[in-house]
Amino acid sequence: MAVRKLAPEEIQPKSFAFSPENEVFADQQIAKYPPGRQASAVIPLLWRAQEQAGGWLPQKAIEAVAAKLDMPDIRVMEVATFYTMFNLEPVGKYFIQFCGTTPCQLRGAGDIKKVLERRIGEQNHVSADGNFSWLEVECLGACCNAPMVQINDDYYEDLTTENFEKLLDDLAAGRPVKKGPQNGRRASEPQDAIKTLTDPSLYDGSMIGTWRKRFEEEAVKTAEPAGQDKKS
Amino acid sequence: MLQDKDRIFTNLYGLHSPDLKAAKMRGAWDGTKFLLEKGRDWIIDEMKKSGLRGRGGAGFPTGMKWSFMPKQSDGRPSYLVVNADESEPGTCKDREIMRHDPHLLIEGCLIASFAMNANAAYIYIRGEYITEKHALQKAIDEAYEAKLIGKDNIHGYPFDLYLHHGAGAYICGEETALLESLEGKKGMPRLKPPFPANMGLYGCPTTVNNVESIAVAGEILRRGASWFSSIGRPNNVGTKLFCVSGHVNKPCNVEEAMGITFRELIDTHCGGIRGGWDNLLAVIPGGSSVPCVPADQIIDAYMDFDTLRNLRSGLGTAAVIVMDKSTDIVRAIARISYFYKHESCGQCTPCREGTGWMWRVLNRMAEGRAQKREIDMLLEVSTQIEGHTICALGDAAAWPVQGLIRHFRHEIEKRIDDYAANPHSESVMMAAE
Repeated sequence: MAVRKLAPEEIQPKSFAFSPENEVFADQQIAKYPPGRQASAVIPLLWRAQEQAGGWLPQKAIEAVAAKLDMPDIRVMEVATFYTMFNLEPVGKYFIQFCGTTPCQLRGAGDIKKVLERRIGEQNHVSADGNFSWLEVECLGACCNAPMVQINDDYYEDLTTENFEKLLDDLAAGRPVKKGPQNGRRASEPQDAIKTLTDPSLYDGSMIGTWRKRFEEEAVKTAEPAGQDKKS
Repeated sequence: MLQDKDRIFTNLYGLHSPDLKAAKMRGAWDGTKFLLEKGRDWIIDEMKKSGLRGRGGAGFPTGMKWSFMPKQSDGRPSYLVVNADESEPGTCKDREIMRHDPHLLIEGCLIASFAMNANAAYIYIRGEYITEKHALQKAIDEAYEAKLIGKDNIHGYPFDLYLHHGAGAYICGEETALLESLEGKKGMPRLKPPFPANMGLYGCPTTVNNVESIAVAGEILRRGASWFSSIGRPNNVGTKLFCVSGHVNKPCNVEEAMGITFRELIDTHCGGIRGGWDNLLAVIPGGSSVPCVPADQIIDAYMDFDTLRNLRSGLGTAAVIVMDKSTDIVRAIARISYFYKHESCGQCTPCREGTGWMWRVLNRMAEGRAQKREIDMLLEVSTQIEGHTICALGDAAAWPVQGLIRHFRHEIEKRIDDYAANPHSESVMMAAE
């Protein structure tokens, strides 16, 4: 459990209203759930509110979601404080979620953490230029590509201190960066040593329908003893 | 090694397009209508005969789970909910399915929903998987457009599929917590009974299945239960995605036959252990929740549910975390304890308080700053957490600690001795535990 509280009053904006596009989005989300179950849309709406507010959830945004979904404020507050991806305080333009759980730790996440500490400073603090902030999070589910971080929406995997420093330099300078593995891998395959999924017949469509033979044979078998029985 | 023709996830590495046209060339959506026409009972029977055990960790037979759903509706709708809240440390297989082979999952959702008389299904995807969410939503839109799913589709069974996005809570991978979250609440697990098959989402009959369990359904029905059950070892059949991470030369995801030996898995696909087999210390074979197994016991073990259970561990999600001799095993397990402390929902006292307590004690033990009698106390406390909570997170937090003490007690004792022999020169200020 993490203790999570709203940001101090002095940095809370005075008002929040969904943009017209986000109102449309909210109605689309609510329509996914049965009538009267609009509370189900609370997480998607909080996500959108967080995006609109610049990466974090002010109190007024939480209340706006509650009003939209006809829920008591406290119920939405509970959700916003329970789920750790809702940032209750402002974050940097590039918000780095650094995975520190054991599979990443085994592959050198500790060194990545040192880079973050040296370049950005403590966790949960926005750098002076407003560009960066970081947070150690729990397993992000890309363990075959460890160590890795998530920056805003995207995963950056197979990190080393060198390619991670370069990534941060590129982001700071506004240069384009490559998402995903940083060492030339495509995804989570064994690097330069794929031994599986090489049979071309898997991809040329020649396997389509071959499985039906089994049913045809069975149909013949059951039809024989039953004679003219049309039941199948 | 499993032959390519027996693999289900043919685009595991994303070397081909995930879109509908390419997925159809690989065999997805092939004869789905024919399979549905065989009828509900045939599908469930075939799934039972296939011997498929749930791929989300517990290994419960999938066909049997489906059969628990009411055959006749009492007026309430039924739901299928797919658990894509993949967050067990070490596990990264469902992500590959959702971004590279999403149509197998969507087809599986239709088949499973048909078999359980559900006209709507929700896929609950974890908050961090944002690009995966877009990839999967794109595939769902494609399926709607091609009228493969939807109110009026070519399969003649009205079916709606919705994607629901979470926001970062490991506990929502527990099925009842997931349902709470889907209803717009905090993800706190519910007491069972009532089981979701009687009273699940919105109080209606619901089945929650893992992504991999649902995604393999189409291929199992096409190729036949006997094909699937002929792979692997008795009671542990079929193919399985293994996620190998940690100290191997080439960490990767790979689909292999259940019951492949650990040695073969690592040598064939992962380029061996870093520094050779003699350098292997221990393996966590099924995601962070299962106890570690020391090298000598795991090397030639079959990677399946029953063999690993007999080693007092488990296959879990088949997330194989390999640790070589450079690993500080006490710190590695302490980090796992921190994970459970962070992810405990706080509902049950033994888990809320116990996970933090175990983490603090293990952290001291990693430095050697402890008493030897505390090792037994830690073991005792872990058994007080295990089995005394609403959901299995308490158990999952206790098992890695128990595994550590079972196999590496000597390592903890050595640290305590080293520390006692050469105490830290500065006194360390510590708050009372």
